[in-house]
Amino acid sequence: MKIIFGLIAISFVIAIGFLISFFWAVKSGQYDDDYTPSVRMLFDDELINNKNNKTE
Amino acid sequence: MSEILNSNNNTQNTDVKCFHCGTPCNEIDIVVEEKHFCCNGCQLVYEILNQNDLCNYYDLESNPGYSLKGKRKNQYAYLDNENIKDQLIDFENDDIIKISFPLPSIHCSSCIWLLENLYKLNTGIQQSRINFTKKEGYFILDKKTISLRELVEILDSIGYPPAINFGSLDEKEQPQKLSKTFSYQIAIAGFAFGNIMMLSFPEYLGLEKGNFKQIFSYIMVVLSLPVIFYSAKDYFLSAWTGIKEKYLNIDFPISLGIITLFLRSLFEIFFLQEAGYLDSLAGLVFFLLIGKWFQQKTYHQLSFDRDYKSYFPIATNVIRDEKEIPTPLNKLVVGNLIIVKHQELIPADGILTKGKALVDYSFVTGEADPIEKNIGDKIFAGGRQLGKNIELTVNKNVTNSYLTQLWNNDSFKDSDSQLSKFADKVGRIFTGFILSVAILSLFYWVPKDLSIAINVFTSVLIIACPCAVALTIPFTYGNIVRLFGLNQFYLKNTNVIEDMQEIDHIIFDKTGTITDTSNTQISFNGKMTKIQKNMVLSITNQSTHPKSREISLYLNEFEILEIDKVEEIVGLGITGKIGNHNIKIGSAKFLDQRHSDNKGVFVAINDEILGVFTFQHQYRKDFITIVEQLKKKYTLSILSGDNDSEKQYLEQYFDHLLFNQSPQDKLDYVQNLQENGKKVMMIGDGLNDAGALQKSDAGIVITENINNFTPACKGIISANKFGKIPDYLTFSNKSVNLIIAAYILAAIYNIIGLSFAVQGLLSPVVAAILMPLSSITIAAFGVFSSNIVGKRYL
Repeated sequence: MKIIFGLIAISFVIAIGFLISFFWAVKSGQYDDDYTPSVRMLFDDELINNKNNKTE
Repeated sequence: MSEILNSNNNTQNTDVKCFHCGTPCNEIDIVVEEKHFCCNGCQLVYEILNQNDLCNYYDLESNPGYSLKGKRKNQYAYLDNENIKDQLIDFENDDIIKISFPLPSIHCSSCIWLLENLYKLNTGIQQSRINFTKKEGYFILDKKTISLRELVEILDSIGYPPAINFGSLDEKEQPQKLSKTFSYQIAIAGFAFGNIMMLSFPEYLGLEKGNFKQIFSYIMVVLSLPVIFYSAKDYFLSAWTGIKEKYLNIDFPISLGIITLFLRSLFEIFFLQEAGYLDSLAGLVFFLLIGKWFQQKTYHQLSFDRDYKSYFPIATNVIRDEKEIPTPLNKLVVGNLIIVKHQELIPADGILTKGKALVDYSFVTGEADPIEKNIGDKIFAGGRQLGKNIELTVNKNVTNSYLTQLWNNDSFKDSDSQLSKFADKVGRIFTGFILSVAILSLFYWVPKDLSIAINVFTSVLIIACPCAVALTIPFTYGNIVRLFGLNQFYLKNTNVIEDMQEIDHIIFDKTGTITDTSNTQISFNGKMTKIQKNMVLSITNQSTHPKSREISLYLNEFEILEIDKVEEIVGLGITGKIGNHNIKIGSAKFLDQRHSDNKGVFVAINDEILGVFTFQHQYRKDFITIVEQLKKKYTLSILSGDNDSEKQYLEQYFDHLLFNQSPQDKLDYVQNLQENGKKVMMIGDGLNDAGALQKSDAGIVITENINNFTPACKGIISANKFGKIPDYLTFSNKSVNLIIAAYILAAIYNIIGLSFAVQGLLSPVVAAILMPLSSITIAAFGVFSSNIVGKRYL
C-alpha cells in the first residue's frame, strides 16, 4: 500500500509544474485573446498555396 | 493600373453584388477587371489592395469589406498635434511608437489577415496585431518612415477607420489586470482542490494511520492557505463591507461557512490528528469562483458605459490668425473661433459667426428634421452640420454645454453593485434560519456533551454554507445572458434580468426607436408628367441634402437631364434651370405657400405648383404587434424630442404621450414615475435618452449596428430584433421560476446535510461527497433548465 503514498507525492510535484506553467501562460497574455490566434494560424498556409498557384 | 470600363446608372443589375462589400449594385455599378463595385470607395480599396498584392483579402471570405457608400473621408490633421499624440500613444522611444486603438469595422477573418499584413502597404508598420474579440489593433511603427497620422490615414483608406474620440483622451482602463487576478484565483483554488482531494485518499479509503498521513495533513493545510487568503478573499471583503453597512448579503453566510470549515479543520488536524474538511473547503471556493466566472461573460466589443465623450470628436479646428489649428477638445476655451465642416459634429455650444447652419439634431434631441440657423444664432453642441462650412465662437466649455451638462446629474454617479438583490434577500432569510438551527442544536447538546455540541454547531455552519444557493444565480442567469446574446440582445450583467422582472412601465423614445430613421416613406401628392419627373430628379440629384437624396431615390427609375443652372439655398430649397423651364423645389416658405402648414417639399415648374412630397418616418416592422402585446401587462409611454405631428396616430397605442421633450425632461419624467413607486424600463437610441436610460431601472438601447455609438445603458438590442422585445421580457419573467426551482433543490440538499449535522454524524467523507454533488447538480440544473425554457421564447 505504501506505493500509493509515493505516487501521490510524485503527482503532487507534477501538478505544481502544471500550476506554474498555467501562471506563466496567463502572465504572457495567452488568455487575453482566445479567438484571433485560431484564425491567424490558418493564414500562412493559404499564402503559400497562393504563391504556388501563381508560379505554376 | 486598372481601368474603368463602365460606369453608369442602371437598375437591371439587381443581382450583381459589390466585390468588396457585397452590397447590391443597384444605383451605381462600377466594373473594374470584371469585378463589380457599388461605389468609388469600395473600388479604391480594391485598387490599393490589388497593387500591393493583398488580394488574399478577397479569397478568405467573399465580399469581406464594409460598404464605403456615403462615407466621408475623415480628417486626421489633429494627429500631428504633439499634445493629442502623447495621450493616444502607449509607448514611444527614439525609434518606434507603440499604439493601440479600437477598430470597430473588424468583422471577419479577412479583416484580421489584411490588418496583420499592413506592412506590405507601408514598410514603416513594423508589426500589427489584431484582437478580434475586442476589435482592437496593436501597432508598432518605425518613427522614421511613418507617422501616426499616416498610419491612421492608411487604416481609414482601406475602410477601417480607428475609433478615436473625445473619450480616448481619458486614462485608458486596465480591465485585463483584473481578469488575470481572477484567473490566478481560480487556478489556485482548482489546484488546491484537486491535490487536497488526492492527499485525502488514504483517509477516504480508511487506510491505517501512518506517518505519511500526518505529513499529508500538514501539506493540506499549506495548500489551503492561499485558497483562504487569496482565492476567497473577495467573499470576505464583500461580506465585511456588508456588515459595515449593517446589511447581510449572500457573501456573509459563505464567508461564515468558509471560516468555520477552516478553523475546525485546523483544530482536527493539529489536536485530534484527524483529516479535517480542507478538501470540501477548497472545492467550495473553486465552485464558487467557477460560478462567478460563468456569470462574468462580457461582450468585449460592446461598451455599456459610454457617455457623450465617445460621441464627440477628439479635436476640432480653431481659427487663429486666419489659420486652422487642430486643437484637442479639452483645450477648447470660451471665445475660441472654430470651424465646423460639412458633416462634422458641433463640439461645443457657440454663436454662429459665419455661414449658414443646417444642423441635424436627431441623435441628440430626437427632432427628426434638420434645423437651420443664421448668423448670430446660438448653436448647441452635438448636432451634425449638413450644410457648408460654418464658423462659430465658443461660448461654453465642452463639459458645460447644453447637452453634456446632463451628465453632471447625480444619476450618472451611481455605480451598480454586482450582487443580486434576490440572492441577497434569500441569503438573509437563509442566514437567520441557519444561525437559529446551529444555536438550537448547540443548546440541545451542551448539557449532554460539550465536544459533540461544538462539533454539531460547526457542522451545521459548514454544511449549510449556501454554496448551492450562491451558485444558482450565476449559472442560471449567466446562461440566460448568453442565450440573449446569441439572439442579439446584449445585457450588461446578470442583474439586468432581475431588473427586467420588476418592470411595470415601459417608455419608448420615438425617433430612431419606434421609427426606423433609415427607412423613410415618401409619397407625392399631385401630378407630374414623365418629363417633369425627369427634371425634378435632375435637380435633386445635384444636392446632398437628405431630403433631396430621398427624392432622388424615390424617382430613381427616371432619366437625368442636362442642367443649365442649379442653386441650393440652405434651409429653403433648390432651384434650377433646364432648357427654358424653371424648376423650384423646397419648403412651403420657399415657394410662397404661406397658407400651407404642410412640412413636405413642394415642387413648382415655371411657377406652377405641381404637388408636394411628404415624408413619413416608417415605424419599425413589428411596432403594432409588440405594442399590443406589451399593453396587456405594462403601462406604455412615449417621450419624444420631436414635435407632436404624429400624436394622433400614436394616441391609440400609448397611455401617455409627451412631445418636445428635452433630455432633462425625459430624465425628470422617469424620476417622477420612480418616486411614485413605478419600475421603469426606458427603450431609446440616442444621446437625448441618455439621462432617462441611466435613471430608469432598465435602460435598453436599440441600435441598427452594434458597432455604432450607444449611450450608457443596461442592455443593447439589435434593431432587427425589435419585434422580439415582448418575448425577451416574458423569458426574463419566467426565469425567476427557474431560480425558485433551483433553490428548492438546494434546500433539499441542505436538509439532508443538516440531518447529518445536527446528529453529529458529519464526517469528512460525507461532506466531500455532498458538497461538490450539490454544487454540480445546481449548476447543471441552472444551465439546462434555462436552455429548455429559452428555446420556447427566443
